[in-house]
Amino acid sequence: MLKLIQDTLISQVVTLWTVFRHLFVKTDTVEYPDEQPYMFPRWRGRIILSRDPDGEERCVACNLCAVACPVDCIALQKAEKDDGRWYPEFFRINFSRCIMCGFCEEACPTHAIQLTPDFEMAEYKRQDMVWEKQDLLIDGTGKYHDYNFYRVAGMSIKDKDKGEALNEAKPIDVRSLMP
Amino acid sequence: MAKIIVDGVEYEANPDNNLLQECLSQGLDLPYFCWHPCMGSVGACRQCAVKQYKDADDDKGMVVMACMTPASDGSIISISDEQAKLMRERVIESLMINHPHDCPVCEEGGECHLQDMTVMSGHNYRRYDKKKRTHNNQYLGPFISHEMNRCIACYRCVRYYDDYAGGTDLAAQASHHHVYFGRHEEGVLESEFSGNLVEVCPTGVFTDKVFSEHYSRKWDLQTAPSVCTGCAVGCNTTPGERYGQLRRVVNRYNSEVNGYFLCDRGRFGFGYVNSEERLKEPAVTVNGRAESLPVGQAAEVIAQFTGEGVIGIGSPRASNEANYALRRLVGAENFYSGVADAENACNHLMLELAQDSAFCNPGIKDIEKADAILVLGEDITNTAPRVALALRQAVRNKAKSLAAANNIPAWQDAAVRELAQYDLSPLSIVSSYATRLDDIAADKYIDSLSGQVAMGCAIANKLSAQAPAAAGTDSIDAALAGKIAEQLSQAENPLIIVGSSNGNVGLVQAAANIARALHEKRQAPTALCTLMPEVNSMGLTMMTNEGQSLGAALTKISNSVATKAIVLENDLYRRASRAQVDSAFAKLESSLVLDVLPTDTTAKAHYVFPVTTFSEQESTFVNYEGRVQLSYQVHRNHSAAQPAWRWLSDASVVQINDLVADCAGDLQQFAQLPEVLPDTAQFVGGMKIPRQSHRYSGRTAMKANLNVHEPKQAVDDQSVLAFSMEGISTQKNASVLGAAWSPGWNSNQSISKFQEEVNGELKQGDTGILLIKRVANSGAYFTDVSANRRAVGDGLALSPAFQIFGSDELSAKTKAIRERMTSAYISISPQDAQTLSLQQGDQVSLNGNGAIASVCIRSQMKPGTAALYPGDNDINPHELEETVQLQSAGNKAGGTGIKGLIVSDFYEEGY
Repeated sequence: MLKLIQDTLISQVVTLWTVFRHLFVKTDTVEYPDEQPYMFPRWRGRIILSRDPDGEERCVACNLCAVACPVDCIALQKAEKDDGRWYPEFFRINFSRCIMCGFCEEACPTHAIQLTPDFEMAEYKRQDMVWEKQDLLIDGTGKYHDYNFYRVAGMSIKDKDKGEALNEAKPIDVRSLMP
Repeated sequence: MAKIIVDGVEYEANPDNNLLQECLSQGLDLPYFCWHPCMGSVGACRQCAVKQYKDADDDKGMVVMACMTPASDGSIISISDEQAKLMRERVIESLMINHPHDCPVCEEGGECHLQDMTVMSGHNYRRYDKKKRTHNNQYLGPFISHEMNRCIACYRCVRYYDDYAGGTDLAAQASHHHVYFGRHEEGVLESEFSGNLVEVCPTGVFTDKVFSEHYSRKWDLQTAPSVCTGCAVGCNTTPGERYGQLRRVVNRYNSEVNGYFLCDRGRFGFGYVNSEERLKEPAVTVNGRAESLPVGQAAEVIAQFTGEGVIGIGSPRASNEANYALRRLVGAENFYSGVADAENACNHLMLELAQDSAFCNPGIKDIEKADAILVLGEDITNTAPRVALALRQAVRNKAKSLAAANNIPAWQDAAVRELAQYDLSPLSIVSSYATRLDDIAADKYIDSLSGQVAMGCAIANKLSAQAPAAAGTDSIDAALAGKIAEQLSQAENPLIIVGSSNGNVGLVQAAANIARALHEKRQAPTALCTLMPEVNSMGLTMMTNEGQSLGAALTKISNSVATKAIVLENDLYRRASRAQVDSAFAKLESSLVLDVLPTDTTAKAHYVFPVTTFSEQESTFVNYEGRVQLSYQVHRNHSAAQPAWRWLSDASVVQINDLVADCAGDLQQFAQLPEVLPDTAQFVGGMKIPRQSHRYSGRTAMKANLNVHEPKQAVDDQSVLAFSMEGISTQKNASVLGAAWSPGWNSNQSISKFQEEVNGELKQGDTGILLIKRVANSGAYFTDVSANRRAVGDGLALSPAFQIFGSDELSAKTKAIRERMTSAYISISPQDAQTLSLQQGDQVSLNGNGAIASVCIRSQMKPGTAALYPGDNDINPHELEETVQLQSAGNKAGGTGIKGLIVSDFYEEGY
């Protein structure tokens, strides 16, 4: 008998008391969208393509994001500028497939592709969730302000010749006999 | 067989090889750079360090380079030893000191041997914080990009380019960490085999420029095993497709045919597949204008071409299935080879020789074993380039025998070369003009075609009195003939090479006489390599009778016996004179031409049907040896183009398997053809083999711009391959190996994981099937060697000349190849140039008939002879006689001229 009271009645009373107490607790619900929640900077939302500090496209079309993507929702094609700089001829993300895992950002060797705290990406038409480069490319550097891949890489581009990258010696004169 | 112990496990090993090769043969992972299966060891990179123990009691051991240590019986080594591992890690750390931070923008990335070896060795963090040395790059032509910063100085490039392929314009320069691999000055890499540098270089110093223009990573390419259609050798290739475009062609290992290497025509000459000019829909000519024809009406059109008065003209560049389908449609007696009469006669004679048990027709691997070679009249470098590369290895057999006599293992590359110096096995070249192989030739004889036949006869006569001594009246150097005969008769594996590109039966007869004489001396089948010009010349020859040449077909049309004709993948204006073809088309009531690209012939046709290229269809081709090989479909064609056999067959034929079975039943020669098709029973649960790698990316995005709802993967009802990532990967079955990949081995070096042993056959490998049976030794010499094309009257005796870039019809439609092509030129001797007062590069008209060629004065041309390269059909050689008269055409500059022409004996004086 005692056990029955312990198992049922006490539990009922405690429940009633908890509900009653909540009448006086401050509410947690946010009045979205009138009120916007705080999103942490490293939250993984809408994907963008950033630019380097010189204002050039950071993406070099290396295809590592595409191969890292577990749902294969990134497709791009490499093209080359006259000075030898690689860039994506097109860069397409099918957000209707994207699971916001952030593997693409981890794989990116140039900090070009980044996930942002924006999650408001709902569309009425699924086709509208296919984003092209002009939709993805922003004007700033995103989360990483200083990194400029071509200043580290050995390839020469316009206004950065061989030997002018970070930690590089001047090009060798192969006809010199000096040590 | 020796026994070696690696990390406590006992393995069977070949004591003639080194430890590195034997470890790789056993499937063990051991990093290396400078060693290459075809080029032996030099011990330059110090990467393959292992610990070797003296005996079972030795617990210290010492670190040795596996590539420089023989796999002698009882060797005890350890790959996993800590000291050896540390050494390998430190070596790669030092190799990486100057390696730039380029991987994302490097074409080699994802299939880079350096990446693989760095991961395998365990080096992962850069400790060196000093400056990286840098280099300026060079322009190396339209095929190869140069990025010297990435070099790790393994010396593989120069060892391949200079030592293996005989190139002269790539060298190591400067010293210590300044060492630089490049040309003496910027310019086109001259070797016809420069493309292999892309695969030989373990990192991204030499990369494929053509591929880079529309680049994709290796894992993103849809690939399938294919066969090169550039010439009759039938090298195995792996073409790769992405976004509906054919992106590149790389080598596919076949131990019997091409091994590890391709020529540049095969590697870079595929661009026509992506051409905007491709025929896309069936067309009908109405009132002189081409109008598109609904695909549904195609069957009605084909139905018009049955019954009386219909002939079919086949093609040496079309597959067996296409030719057979046409042959069946029009009837065997109405099927013609579509090859010019002279070449057709040669091809049939060569097929006859291929059935004679006195001879054997050597593959590339057997050519490399020859120790005395005679090339009779064929410019191999330009008509069957891969054979020329094999000859460069064959002449080194002298070095190998010297090494063996001195107890030097053959893989000790530097030592063997040092020992032999310039001592080569004898190669004799009889030709119309100096060839690109002259630098390794012991003897050269340059003459007109009739002179070459006379030389061939003289050599045969020196070997056997039964062979006729001479053909015609040409006088030749009897001492030279005697010397060549002597060299051939003393050799263990003599080899005679002849071909049909000159269209000269006499040359083939003379070559057969020489080989027969050698056979009688040796009492063993003598290697007689009979080269045909195009990918399926042999298959077509096997399907036709000697009388069924193009000339016979045109005669039948002009006699109005035939009123309707189907022309299969053949531009007749390249194979007969313009007037002849024009008059034939004028006589025809109706004509149907099937082709890939528009040609002069398609312009004349009443109906034109578009057909798919080699990469868009499954097909079989027979190479010059009679080896039939299966080429799989790589990608789909999205226009109305279909394989020719499908246009030409009724609805009961759904797969090439049906045609192959019928062809085998119909034609005795093709009885073994079905064996080339893969046995589907060997695949687990009937599962297909994926064309796409397991890393294939972008599946749900590549077509999302068109429709976000992804289409169903295309189903391949033709073959054992699938147009998707699904199925059993080729890891389990190398007989259908497209792109080689193995865990930890992303580069093409992973091929060792698929070989029975290094340089051996592929596991479950498919090397093709030799169709031709050698029935009996006819024993008869050709007593009446025909010496047609003799110089008569005034003018210069004319012989044809060829170019690796340009002489092949389809590859000549490719942008990168066009950059290396020259327009028509005629080679003459300096003496004749003086008589005619012509200068290098002058424009001349031939026989005053309007055909214009540039003059190329070559110091080794025989006076009184001329060799004409007709350009990409700029001049129709079938309109020319056996002699030619040159008249200055006034206009001194025009076309691309002979700029960029690479010949060894370019006459400099007065230029």
